[in-house]
Amino acid sequence: MVATNGTNGAVEVDGLVKRFGDFTAVDGISFSVEPGELFGFLGPNGAGKTTTISVLCTLLHPTDGVARVAGHDVLRARNEVRSNIGLVFQEVTLDDYLTGEENLRFHAVLYGLHGSEIKRRMDPLLDMVGLTDWASQQARFYSGGMKRRLEIARGLLHTPRVLFLDEPTIGLDPQTRVHIWDYVDELRVRESTTMFLTTHYMDEAERCDRIAIIDRGRIVAIDSPGALKASVGVDTVTIETADDATAREEIARGLGVEGEVLDEGEGLRLRVPDGESFVPRMFEHLTVGVRNVNVRRPSLDDVFIQYTGRDMRDAEAGAGDQLRANPMVRGFRRG
Amino acid sequence: MATTAQPLPGTGVTDVGQTAPPPPEGALIRNLRTIGMVWKREIIRFRRTPARIVSGLAQPILFLFVLGAGIKPLVGQNSAGGVDYQQFILPGVMAMSVLFSSLFSAISIVWDREFGFLREMLVAPVSRAGLVLGKAAGSGTVAAGQGLILLIAAPIVGVHLDALQIIEVIPLLMLLAFALTAFGIVIASRMQRMESFQMVMGLVVNPMLFLSGAIFPLAGLATWLAVVTRLNPATYGIDPIRRVMLGEHDAAPLTINGWVVPIWTEVLIVLTLGIAMLALAVRSFQKTE
Repeated sequence: MVATNGTNGAVEVDGLVKRFGDFTAVDGISFSVEPGELFGFLGPNGAGKTTTISVLCTLLHPTDGVARVAGHDVLRARNEVRSNIGLVFQEVTLDDYLTGEENLRFHAVLYGLHGSEIKRRMDPLLDMVGLTDWASQQARFYSGGMKRRLEIARGLLHTPRVLFLDEPTIGLDPQTRVHIWDYVDELRVRESTTMFLTTHYMDEAERCDRIAIIDRGRIVAIDSPGALKASVGVDTVTIETADDATAREEIARGLGVEGEVLDEGEGLRLRVPDGESFVPRMFEHLTVGVRNVNVRRPSLDDVFIQYTGRDMRDAEAGAGDQLRANPMVRGFRRG
Repeated sequence: MATTAQPLPGTGVTDVGQTAPPPPEGALIRNLRTIGMVWKREIIRFRRTPARIVSGLAQPILFLFVLGAGIKPLVGQNSAGGVDYQQFILPGVMAMSVLFSSLFSAISIVWDREFGFLREMLVAPVSRAGLVLGKAAGSGTVAAGQGLILLIAAPIVGVHLDALQIIEVIPLLMLLAFALTAFGIVIASRMQRMESFQMVMGLVVNPMLFLSGAIFPLAGLATWLAVVTRLNPATYGIDPIRRVMLGEHDAAPLTINGWVVPIWTEVLIVLTLGIAMLALAVRSFQKTE
């Protein structure tokens, strides 16, 4: 399905290592992203996500290994890589005192666009993100969602081949998140841009063509969301009964499955390999009345827990600190 | 670090702003455009922050019309060369305005870093030199303007300038602004947080001002003070401005051990230091880690 050692990938990483002094942030990862793919890069905080993105964006030098973006080596052809990537960071990187249009123009000039071409490229993008009427307002008067949309337009201004979206919807309300994703989907159709996404939201991860899960600097799983969920192989059956404790005992005795009684009368939870065939067998052993049965296939959350031992949402806390800890961005000069 | 201009690659299916790739242009043109854009951003930002313009003028005006007027009777008519104290202090106050403005606006790089805009610039396919030069040009222009505007006060305090004097003062102010901005960018590249700004003001800006001859003449000082003031680069930026504005004979030119330092030497010193600072600033931004 995926060329792991070809040279046509939009992003190709082979044996990438990044150390900060004694600390190994990225420990020999390899993967490749196909052109046009929406690729999800998930992992708990400190797993090496941001470090990897920083290397791919030429903000950090790799300690070892090779990384190529849009066919260019991130170390030897930095300007070629920079010309071919767009970035939407988790924190806003607009100039608040410039208008929306001025922010875009600034970007356009730095990426080598000039003259009437800027407008030709800018106007449809402003229209697409619904900011045409706001283009002459200073960015400090924008809402969080508008700023993010402007950043997406800016990231696409120079027709990048790969767009990096680092937690593009963090801190935004659910409605704005839906809008942003509408734009991203539209983009994929219109511009067939390769997208490299990090996120802590399960529904966003579900949209990806493929997902890599990184933990402690290593990639622990990489596949489509469906295949990853199938690999977990455990369904969750939740039942509400007249007496959960008795039900638990009966199921344990009859089927050898240890359930977990949930707090506040939320029922009894059982984890079994095949939930749908388990339910009829379960009823054979139950004497207490059952009010409600729910069978749930594994979610990406279950996948995440299985591979990293942590919940996706737990991992979200403090995500904003990550890029700030990036030595380049903070201006440190570490060895 | 040269920037190679290159056509932007198409992405295949494109109907948003479908255009032919721009003709390839030289690295020089590309760098000049970058410098121009970064310069323009500084000017736009300055225009949109009237509070900064007003507060930038407040201190020089206090010095000129309050401190200057208050001290004038104390030192008499001819104590500071052949001019009264307010006339003496005017060029110093203009230089002070340039000093505060250049350092403040250069140090706003730290702000850009904190608010992420610096990264937007650093991931762009342009040379670091272009970014630094644009920043120095923009901040320098703003700072020189902040100093020049005080020329309005010249007739009020009785300094009458002819056109030639004004034409000479402008490049001297710009030179000082450029050198100080370059110095400010070097400081900013080593500064982690905006909180350190107070420290920079206390340990760098104020000593630079007080030891520069901006507010008192540098003749007849105690030896240690004479030595320190002559080691201060700002001294060589301010003295030529005063000599041009007040006339060579009235202004008691800077001397080192009795030797009258020629204006061209002073200009050369400031220019050399400014270029050295700029090179240092480019270097510190070229290091990615």
